[in-house]
Amino acid sequence: MSTMYEVLPGPEHFLPPAAASMGIRLPDPGQAHIHGKIVNEDEAMEVAARQFLSAKVPTIFPGPLVLWAWNEKAAKKATAIRHLYETIKECVTPSQQAMLIPMPDYRPKYPKINPEIEINPNHPNLTIWHNKIDACMFVGVHCHQANLSLKIIRGGTYCYTIAMCAQAGHEDAMVSFRDATADKIMKLADWVKKLKGSVEPPKD
Amino acid sequence: MATQSLVGTKNRAGQVVTDPWKLMHEAERTPCFFTGSEVIKEAIRRANCDVMIAYPITPQSEAAALIGELFAEGFIGDYFRGESEFAVMSQCAGSAFGGARVFTTTAGPGTMRAMENFPMWAGARLPIQMIVTCRGINSPLSIQPDTLEISYLLNTGMLVWHAETAQDFYDWILKGYMVSEEPDVHLPLALCCDGFFVTHTKDVVNLTPADMCLPPYDPYRSPVPCMDMECPPVRMMRDPFVMKSNYISYATHASWQQEVWAAVERSRKHAIRWLDGLIEVDRPNAEILIVSSGTAVSQGREAQALLEEDGIEVGIVKIKTLRPWPEDEIREATKHAKHIIVPEFNVTGWLAKEIRASIPDADRVYAGPHVCGGMTMPPEVIAADIKKHLGIKAESLAGRGS
Repeated sequence: MSTMYEVLPGPEHFLPPAAASMGIRLPDPGQAHIHGKIVNEDEAMEVAARQFLSAKVPTIFPGPLVLWAWNEKAAKKATAIRHLYETIKECVTPSQQAMLIPMPDYRPKYPKINPEIEINPNHPNLTIWHNKIDACMFVGVHCHQANLSLKIIRGGTYCYTIAMCAQAGHEDAMVSFRDATADKIMKLADWVKKLKGSVEPPKD
Repeated sequence: MATQSLVGTKNRAGQVVTDPWKLMHEAERTPCFFTGSEVIKEAIRRANCDVMIAYPITPQSEAAALIGELFAEGFIGDYFRGESEFAVMSQCAGSAFGGARVFTTTAGPGTMRAMENFPMWAGARLPIQMIVTCRGINSPLSIQPDTLEISYLLNTGMLVWHAETAQDFYDWILKGYMVSEEPDVHLPLALCCDGFFVTHTKDVVNLTPADMCLPPYDPYRSPVPCMDMECPPVRMMRDPFVMKSNYISYATHASWQQEVWAAVERSRKHAIRWLDGLIEVDRPNAEILIVSSGTAVSQGREAQALLEEDGIEVGIVKIKTLRPWPEDEIREATKHAKHIIVPEFNVTGWLAKEIRASIPDADRVYAGPHVCGGMTMPPEVIAADIKKHLGIKAESLAGRGS
């Protein structure tokens, strides 16, 4: 399917389409995508870092695949994610508030989750709205649940979404990396550091 | 990737785990003269399957029984018979939820009886492979070839491929696992063929070496947690979705469904790579095209040769995958065609309807000829219908011998 569709911040629609159904294709190894367009990974690194630095509430959502040290890689990734978070915190201005909010599991929780301490794939918009998150990164979330969340966020919020995926990437994010490793996450932290001071902070 | 790191090691049957691309494209092939059922067995011998669950229904019973021999020889981890097709498909789900590579076979009324499971498999993102050896489904009972059951599978969220020959069948069983187990796809595959025409006839099939097999399935690449009893999709009947009436539940379920169909779309890239395209085109510039799938394509080729003797050039478009549906490819392949003939082995002409919905100037599509209930489709019938459609007088086959 040829497409003119772009994966952009919402709120997009009552029920937005899955980007894959609109002709957006996932990147091949070594590539990433920005708004559905395939780019080289460095280009996406720069865009992701700029989003973190220009957001009022740049947030990382680590999922169950990195929240528990179920293997050595997961533990290394978790350390890298903490480093990225600390780097963002150091590089933003006092008017910006970096956050690290876990997605510990995927259970539907009723009547609702506590949006101050967690995000849930069935209603991720609650956490985004409550904390006024305007840029976020998913990492360590199973692909199916990440896609659900990313699409719901695009549907109902203005949040800019980034996916650091260990598998093939996510079309439903505005920026997506694939084959994520601890090194790749550290590289993104390096980009944030490198661009510190060169990105205009958000205006009130 | 864990599966790649196992390349070069041996599996439980002593076969060498081989890079799948090398296995399918570079390994030496040996021609063998086999029935389609035997070909299914030989493909599964090399598929490194964990579980096969069987239930007898013609015309897949022979293949299911032959795979039992593979179990006895140590090539399958577990093999058993379910209580019915519904039970089989439910047991397949349980096995796949537990992280196994699963295979099963069914046909006709068996497919229909088990139908509730197929959208469940897709929604749960279970990459089970199911062979469908198509036969009649309606009363009065018929065990003969008929492809009506495929139309019921098209909206389940499963990948649906339609093999023409035993060679397709052999290759696509193995390639099917590679596509359906990709983490961005991770969906069940219904690999269909026309029962008896493919399963019970012999053909020369080029087989890969029996001492080489696919890498095992790696459940850690699954897009959903493996067997997590607290989360959907395994936890289906407690509070999630089904029990709640509110916008959040509806929106989550809607997004879930969209994600299944997004995964079907994502399979496109992998299927194009493994199957060398979703369609195959012969003589793309012909003004008359036969567009079909399964053994109707073979009959179309024979009709093509007959018409060539009369100076009528006809092209062939073989559709390999029905889900994902090759819409762009069909639009491109048919853009110069003035007449599009869609022969089918079913009464409703579901394939012609799909094609009509995909191309401009849909009145170019002639839905037919159709046969069903086990009738063969002589190439002369296709040739006669094409001539009739072109306004050329053709002899009626029904009157032969009178």
